Amino acid sequence: MVVTGESIAFFVLSMMAIGGGMMMISATKVVHMVLSLAFSLLSIAGIYVLLHAEFLAVVQVLIYTGAISILMLFGIMLTKHHVTEEDDQSPRRWHPFLSFLGVGALFAIIMGVIYQTPFANNEEVTQSYSLEALGKAVFKQYVIPFELTSILLLVALVGAVILAKKEADS
Amino acid sequence: MPATSYLALGAILFCIGLYGVLTKRNAVLVLFSIELMLNAANINLVAFSKFGLYANQMGQVFTLFTITIAAAEAAVGIAILFALYRNRNTTHADEFDTMKG
Repeated sequence: MVVTGESIAFFVLSMMAIGGGMMMISATKVVHMVLSLAFSLLSIAGIYVLLHAEFLAVVQVLIYTGAISILMLFGIMLTKHHVTEEDDQSPRRWHPFLSFLGVGALFAIIMGVIYQTPFANNEEVTQSYSLEALGKAVFKQYVIPFELTSILLLVALVGAVILAKKEADS
Repeated sequence: MPATSYLALGAILFCIGLYGVLTKRNAVLVLFSIELMLNAANINLVAFSKFGLYANQMGQVFTLFTITIAAAEAAVGIAILFALYRNRNTTHADEFDTMKG
């Protein structure tokens, strides 16, 4: 395999993304988990740039690394009293091991399928990708899903406010 | 880079998220892991918009919609978590067993 700038960038970014995910799983303090998740999501934005999806990279940084990470940080700071994930003696001692076995089996199946399937390598198509074409697709071809998404966001906003509001008489 | 590298990255991130969903006790961390799984699916969509059999930009449109829905899901999930925390005073997912038969 020839070493190009793209492959080096992909290697570094994917290592950052996977390392962030691993740190999220293995960290002991919850705030460290949030930071490593934000790091992982930021690296995924870099992966989007490698895939000629620059607008998606910006959206990823804005929404995931910005908004959702801060929302999760609020979720932790408003709920937790002890900020560490303590490993007390739960009755299901074999649970992590069995989960690891199941997830490992799923991973093996997915990788087997991926590496046995032939993929077309038509890189020249991406030269025509532009923000203008993306906007035209969203606002012309997919305008009805776009409007439905706005309704869903409104419903989610109202629902989140009602759910998180304190009951008046309790 | 071949398409398999991006798909493999998506698979690895999805499996990390799935392991977190299955093993974490704190419900906030379960929400984190779900976000990681959604991101892995987004990587697959964008990768196929570049490497697919009929490669075009529609994969990026689908990813935009997925990001929007994921944001709404995170907001509603956190709100449900607040309501549960106010009633039960805990965020451990295995103590929410009121609907257990």
